[in-house]
Amino acid sequence: MTVRKNQADLTGTEKRAFVDALLELKRSGRYDSFVTTHNAFIMGDTDSGDRVGHRSPSFLPWHRRFLIEFEQALQSVDPSVALPYWDWTADRTPAASLWAADFLGGSGRSRDGQVVDGPFAAAAGGWGISIRVDGRGYLRRTLGAGGRQLPTRAEVDTVLAMSTYDMPPWNSASDGFRNHLEGWRGVNLHNRVHVWVGGQMATGVSPNDPVFWLHHAFIDKLWTEWQALHPDSPYLPGTGTANVVDLHDTMRPWNDVTPADMLDHTPHYTYDRAA
Amino acid sequence: MSRFTRRQALSAVGAAAGLAVIGAAPAVGSARDRAPKTPATPHAHAASGAFDEVYLGRRIQGAPGHGGGHHDHHGGGWTVHIDGEELHLMRNADGTWISVITHYEPLSTPRAAARAAVRELQGAALVPLDLS
Repeated sequence: MTVRKNQADLTGTEKRAFVDALLELKRSGRYDSFVTTHNAFIMGDTDSGDRVGHRSPSFLPWHRRFLIEFEQALQSVDPSVALPYWDWTADRTPAASLWAADFLGGSGRSRDGQVVDGPFAAAAGGWGISIRVDGRGYLRRTLGAGGRQLPTRAEVDTVLAMSTYDMPPWNSASDGFRNHLEGWRGVNLHNRVHVWVGGQMATGVSPNDPVFWLHHAFIDKLWTEWQALHPDSPYLPGTGTANVVDLHDTMRPWNDVTPADMLDHTPHYTYDRAA
Repeated sequence: MSRFTRRQALSAVGAAAGLAVIGAAPAVGSARDRAPKTPATPHAHAASGAFDEVYLGRRIQGAPGHGGGHHDHHGGGWTVHIDGEELHLMRNADGTWISVITHYEPLSTPRAAARAAVRELQGAALVPLDLS
C-alpha cells in the first residue's frame, strides 16, 4: 500500500530512492510527457471556455488523478517509492531540508537563476529542460525572491473553514473552498507557492521542477483535510454545467475517470498521519 | 481542448506582420546588454491601451485583436509579442492577465504581463508557440 509521507520525515534511503526514480523517468522520456500534458491543459483551460485542470471545480480531482498516474510511473521504476508532500506552512524557508543537496537542491544563483547543487542541477547531467517556454535548458529557482512569504497555517485554516466546495461561475472568480485553495481569490495558497519557488515552477511548464509533485501532494492532502472537516459538503457542480466537469462527467485526457471517482483517495494511497 | 498547430501559431504572428517584423530587429543576442529605453512609439496607441516599447532591452508590443483564431479566445482578444515572438497570454475573469511565463501571478494589464515576462526571461528568447 502506498503511504504518502511528509518530505521532512523521509530517511536518506527514501530520498535517494525517490530521486533515482525521478531521474530514471526523466532518462526514459516519460517524465517530459507529464510536463507536456500539464502545459497543454494550463494553456487550454480558460475562465470563459472549457476548463478541466485549472481554474475550475475539477482542479482538485484532475490533479489527484494526474499525481496518481505519476506515482504509478515512479513505482514502475521502484515499487517502494511514494510521492512525499511538502507542508510549506511548516517548512517555509530556503534552509529547509527539502532544498538540501541530497534531495531537491537549493535556490538558483543570482546571475541566471540556475540551480547549481543537488541531483537536478544542470551540471549533474540528468535533468535537461526540454519541454520549455523559453531558450533556457537548465532548472531555475528563485526561492522566496523579493521577500515573498509562503502561506501560514492560519491562512490555510481560514480556507479549510469554507464549507462550500465551489460556486458559480466555477472559475477564477468563484468564491468557495476550491478557488481559495487554488489561489485566484483571497489569501492565495496554491498559486502563491508556485510564485515563491520561481523559475519553471512559476510558468506553464511547472512540472519541470520535481517540487511540483510535492506541492500538489500537499494541496491534495488539504482537500482530504477539508473533506474531514465538512463531511456533508459535496463536490459541486452536480449536473448540467456548460464548460465545466460536473460530478459524474469524465475528465480529459483520461476520459474514463470522473470527479466522483476521485473523492476517496484511500483506494490509491494513505497518509503517514491523520488528516 | 483547443489545439492549434505550429503553422497556425506562426500565421498568427504573421497576422501582426508589420509589427512583428520590426520587432525582430532588436536581436535577442544583444538584448541582455541593452539599457532600458524610452518607448519606441509612445503615443501611437494610447486610446486602445496598445503598446510598443523597448523594456530592459526587449521590444514588447501588444494590441487588442488580430486576424482571429486561438488567441481571440484565450488572450481576451489581445496579442503580445516579445522581440517578435508571440507571448501566450490569458485574461482572467476579473480582468487581470497572466502569461505562460508568469502563469500563477495575475497582473493588471497586458503590458504589465509582458514586462514581467521580460524580467523573468533575463535575456532568454521565447520559444515559439507549439502545442501540436
